[in-house]
Amino acid sequence: MSDTVDKERGTETANPEGAAPADGDAVAPGAAPVVDPRLLVREQGFAGYLTDFKRRVRGGELGSLPVILGLIIIAVIFQSLNENFLSAGSVSDIGVYIAGTGIMATGIVFVLLLGEIDLSVGSVAGVGAAVWAVLSVTNGVNDWLSVVIAIFAGLVIGTLHGFFFARVGVPAFVVTLAGFLGWSGLQIWLMGSEGSINTPEGSVVEDLTGYYFEDIAAAYGLAVVSVLAYAAALLVDAKRRRAARLPSRPVSEIVVRTAVMAVVAFVAAYVLNQSRGLPLALVIFLAVLVIADFAVRRTTYGRQIFAVGGNAEAARRAGINVEWVRISVFGIAGMLAAFGGLFIASLSGGATKSLGAGNTLMNVIAAAVIGGTSLFGGRGKIWSALLGILVIQSIQQGLNLLGMASEIQYMITGAVLLAAVVIDSVSRRTQKTAGRT
Amino acid sequence: MAKEAVLALRGISKRFGAVQALTDVDLEVLPGEVIALVGDNGAGKSTLVKTIAGVHPIDDGTIEWQGGPVAINRPHDAQDLGIATVYQDLALCDNLDVVANLFLGNEARHAAVLDEIAMEKRAMELLDTLSIRIPSVRIPVASLSGGQRQVVAIARALIGDPKVVILDEPTAALGVEQTAQVLDLVERLRERGLAVILISHNMADVQAVADRVAVLRLGRNNGVFDVATTSHEEVIAAITGASDNAVTRRQARTGTAGLEKEAAK
Ligand SMILES: Nc1ncnc2c1ncn2[C@@H]1O[C@H](COP(=O)(O)OP(=O)(O)O)[C@@H](O)[C@H]1O
Ligand SMILES: [Mg+2]
Repeated sequence: MSDTVDKERGTETANPEGAAPADGDAVAPGAAPVVDPRLLVREQGFAGYLTDFKRRVRGGELGSLPVILGLIIIAVIFQSLNENFLSAGSVSDIGVYIAGTGIMATGIVFVLLLGEIDLSVGSVAGVGAAVWAVLSVTNGVNDWLSVVIAIFAGLVIGTLHGFFFARVGVPAFVVTLAGFLGWSGLQIWLMGSEGSINTPEGSVVEDLTGYYFEDIAAAYGLAVVSVLAYAAALLVDAKRRRAARLPSRPVSEIVVRTAVMAVVAFVAAYVLNQSRGLPLALVIFLAVLVIADFAVRRTTYGRQIFAVGGNAEAARRAGINVEWVRISVFGIAGMLAAFGGLFIASLSGGATKSLGAGNTLMNVIAAAVIGGTSLFGGRGKIWSALLGILVIQSIQQGLNLLGMASEIQYMITGAVLLAAVVIDSVSRRTQKTAGRT
Repeated sequence: MAKEAVLALRGISKRFGAVQALTDVDLEVLPGEVIALVGDNGAGKSTLVKTIAGVHPIDDGTIEWQGGPVAINRPHDAQDLGIATVYQDLALCDNLDVVANLFLGNEARHAAVLDEIAMEKRAMELLDTLSIRIPSVRIPVASLSGGQRQVVAIARALIGDPKVVILDEPTAALGVEQTAQVLDLVERLRERGLAVILISHNMADVQAVADRVAVLRLGRNNGVFDVATTSHEEVIAAITGASDNAVTRRQARTGTAGLEKEAAK
């Protein structure tokens, strides 16, 4: 039998027609590693990168493209209307304001990847803040311990949602809608007669959004480390793939990616240093993103989330503990919601009865979707939480600078969310039809 | 039958509430053999393979694996023995790429971290030895054709080095070209010494690749035939049971062409 295979292989290799892409002869003979000629492998070099990119866009895999374009458009429009929009102070503020809702949106991305929704995150954020405030401020519990307990409370609440959804079989929409109401009740009850509890000077929660690494070495250092780590990861991966004789990223692509990353990182560091330095809030948010991204893309757990979100029955048959994946994902969403709540408390100077109410929930869900994570499950990136919340916060910041009322902000954010969902739906359809070739 | 059966079912019964889906069914599966499992709709074919696959534990009877009795109560038990099943609904994750689907639940990893390179390499090797043609192992399964998806689903079953592969209606939804592709793959599985249980409605497919045909009728055995020495008509008669029915009456009028169409439904 190996005979037949070899023979087939031989004829295939001898026949250049079989060797996939039409402009494949751009590859210098012998330069490319030996790969199966039948596979539509990306051509080496930058041209290959571009064709691959075009193929994906045509196939409906738009990825982060629309949102990055959107961000640029937003920046241009607001900057032309008000020159302070891209000022160091304004950009620095955006960097701080996005942390809380961004962390919450990261949790929503997990839930959306499962193909579910969590409507309770605003209330859970409120409970998190209330738990911390009541413990630390009212009852004098150790500040750090209070923070940990508040985050843990979010984890427990989320896990409870997950239990009712995955184990009892109540639709997540309904469970978390009940949670939305119930937990905000708990929040009000916890806040009790006080109504609001101010953040004391020097508390952990005050530092969450109040602390800046003022030494300019901090922002630049973080930029250097990130760019180096990014480039190293790409290079190591390419090297290992070449060693395994698998198609790998061309060096030119790695250079371009690293260069883009470097420009973004250093411009951001420069601007932050023009203002108050590197905000702690931004560092924590980025750390959450990096950890979550690693978990989702590189671990078996992340693979299980995608599998359950794509086809739960297939996941179950593959031996994946679907219930556990679902419960844990809701737990993560609850935990990140409570953590985000602490940032919101920090920004607004304390915990209140209404913290996390209003448009917090909508902004958080909108951020995840605008960033490019599909509402239909199984498709998306953790980084969409950052991109999406940047869009929303930029719009708010811009409209605030222009002195627009919040009702206008609501309408514009609503329209942007609708646009994002339309792009999601259309790209999903395109992907379906492009698939059946 | 010189070879020892790798899998033998003896007196299997299975009831769903009021429906007695299987009654006293026997089946022997030999290594390096394709055995077709045929029968009318509702004859119990899917139920039978699901008992083997551990989806529905049996009520009665014994399952023997390489001569010894075994209990198969969960899908995991079957997988551990070396029984891989490709269901009618393929159970692929459309959003994941080919490599991820091939290794789903079985990922190569260091601690909890995926080893994508090892998986991709093995995936390429596996697809290569099976002469499977797909555009790329890194595109989502959603963008593959029906035949390619079927082939990926079968390849997925081979990741755990099984001894028995069960295919439930693998060609039911496929065109001529893609059916040929899948049947080729079935032959390659046999060449590798695997035992293949092939459920099919299509007598042409059965004739093309199967060594033996086991017929189920109303949840009972209704004969096992050697494909080489048995005519279509005998098998059809066993499937339909009675000699006087719609199929045989049509056959009398239209000949075998009509008969095959009927059977293909
Ligand atoms: N999970 C189930 N619950 C109840 N009845 C079932 C179930 N699965 C199959 N059956 C019944 O068992 C019988 C055999 O079905 P099946 O094995 O699917 O037939 P086939 O695959 O040969 O068409 C049918 O009467 C069907 O309705
Ligand atoms: Mg069936």
